[in-house]
Amino acid sequence: MRRYFLIITPYFWLISLFVIPFLIVIRISLSDPEISIPPYTPILSLEEGWSGLLQFLRQLDLDNYIFLTQDALYWKAYLSSLRIAAFSTIIALFVGFPIAYGMAKVQRKWQTTLLILIILPFWTSFLIRVYSWIGILSTEGYLNQVLLGLGIINQPLTLLNTPFAVYVGITYTYLPFMVLPIYASLEKLDYSLLEAAEDLGCSQISAFWLITVPLCRAGILAGCFLVFIPTLGEIIIPSLLGGSNTLMIGKVLWEEFFNNRDWPVASAVAVILLIILIIPIVLFQRNEQKQQDLGTR
Amino acid sequence: MPADDIDPWDDPTAKPLIRFDRVTKRFGEFTAINNLSLNIFETEFFALLGPSGCGKTTLMRMLAGFESPTEGHIFLSGQDLAPIPPNKRMVNMMFQSYALFPHLTIYDNIAFGLRRQKTPKAELAERVDEMLNLTRLEKFAHRKPDQISGGQRQRVALARSLAKKPKLLLLDEPLGALDKKLRQETQFELMDIQEKTGTTFVIVTHDQEEAMTVASRVAVMDEGQLVQVSTPDVIYEMPNSVYVADFIGDVNLIEGKAKKVEDGIDLNWAENQPTLHCKTNKSVSNGQICHLAIRPEKITIQSDTPETKNKVQGTILDIAYLGNISTYHVQLSSGHVIKAQTSNTRRIARRSFTWEDTVWLSWTETAGIVLDK
Repeated sequence: MRRYFLIITPYFWLISLFVIPFLIVIRISLSDPEISIPPYTPILSLEEGWSGLLQFLRQLDLDNYIFLTQDALYWKAYLSSLRIAAFSTIIALFVGFPIAYGMAKVQRKWQTTLLILIILPFWTSFLIRVYSWIGILSTEGYLNQVLLGLGIINQPLTLLNTPFAVYVGITYTYLPFMVLPIYASLEKLDYSLLEAAEDLGCSQISAFWLITVPLCRAGILAGCFLVFIPTLGEIIIPSLLGGSNTLMIGKVLWEEFFNNRDWPVASAVAVILLIILIIPIVLFQRNEQKQQDLGTR
Repeated sequence: MPADDIDPWDDPTAKPLIRFDRVTKRFGEFTAINNLSLNIFETEFFALLGPSGCGKTTLMRMLAGFESPTEGHIFLSGQDLAPIPPNKRMVNMMFQSYALFPHLTIYDNIAFGLRRQKTPKAELAERVDEMLNLTRLEKFAHRKPDQISGGQRQRVALARSLAKKPKLLLLDEPLGALDKKLRQETQFELMDIQEKTGTTFVIVTHDQEEAMTVASRVAVMDEGQLVQVSTPDVIYEMPNSVYVADFIGDVNLIEGKAKKVEDGIDLNWAENQPTLHCKTNKSVSNGQICHLAIRPEKITIQSDTPETKNKVQGTILDIAYLGNISTYHVQLSSGHVIKAQTSNTRRIARRSFTWEDTVWLSWTETAGIVLDK
């Protein structure tokens, strides 16, 4: 009895928190919009029994998905989101890796302090932190004032409502998700491996590429996924910092849902977004599995 | 041209491969190596022996280039090592933890050093195969380090450090992670490989048996200094201090006042006990406190009064039966406990002595050695 309970618990959470909501989203994406509560049709009524269910199923269709392919806005938004997410991930990697490396290299007694400093920003609301970037980046913001004051520029730069501001906001927000897994894997790295590589004729730089990077590959990939996935669906940062020029799928979804009140199209957008995310994860996992199989043979 | 039967360390004209010249290493306040000078010669199997914290690992890491001396110089083939970084030295090291690269196969681990010096492909394959062959690892070439046993990992580490044909191979506690049986087998394997390749080996160990087995010379270290550097038999038979005598093997140390006699000294060491005579050419002043060191296996144990000059009587306190030998702990009337060892050539049932028996212990005039420090 206890054994079954242990097995059922995780499946219970998985099904109730992930599978059922996802099925509901899919079901809505196959419906048509309707001015009612809820704002879509058909609605399954169990009173009519079998024929009611058949009737319900017959009314579901893929119209919303076909609609997504017809309007250029959507695929442009997807592409633009993918591009922004990919660039942000690369930027976060280049900024985050040295931070993680430095943290792993300092004395033990400092590591906890540094870890807390990395996590500290989470104590402030995400929204407020993004807002404060407006104060820094706007035409009258701190950054422009400092640059003007130092005489580096004569005219204030337009930083807000540009892709630059979006990248700054995303990198800033998601940096801890990049730093923490890389730090965890670097911290486990056996330092004698680097000495061994040097002893065998590596310079310190090539030892880094040949030993450090391959051995914390898992941490780097985890960090990249942790930044890439939420960035792809990000809505607050592009809305607040990117202005109307920045097209991201999260924003499109928001507008479909709240401005147009078109729940079925919004659901279809969400389903496609999920599929885009699942494909790389599955490919990645299969690749990992293959590598492991090769190793044990 | 030195004669063949003179060992290089006894030949004043021989050029050492490694020369430590008054080397001192400090870590902050702590002095790890204190004004140490040492010569190591080509094709030697040299052991650095000492308790943990005696500086032996620091000495080795300075040879590898991971630490640099605070004062003094280290020369390899006459060249000062100080400005040469670890990756440019003709020195390779086998790490205590083996430090095998977990993401590379055994083959790639061994090839790692050769690839760094851009060895041509055919030559590289030949050399790696030769190393795999030498360490009997051919079957495991395409496995990863976590898919082989501890003993095999140890051999991979050895093959990897030998692949580049270093002038000098450093071994940091190379057998520490192996169980006793495997360790003994591997000791002989190491000696074979050292002879076959003709490489100079410097091994760091805290296991005196290991050092005695493999090494041509042993350096006993304590607190950053060399206490004695000599061949294993000299270290064992003629230790130069109480520290060395006590560190290497089992020993009885009898403290007493020396009295000069014609061919050695008489040691007055306890009331109601006869003085002990020992032949020595050491100059000891009358009344000086010194130690007589006698190995347990050099003491005879018997029930009748022996003929020799050095004899004491006592009762058996303890018997340690080790199979091939037995060690008897004999308590004298003065309270001293002396260890005597006999080999068990007879079956245990016919053993002549048992607990509480009164026995005589005796040894010759040359069995013991007088130590004044």
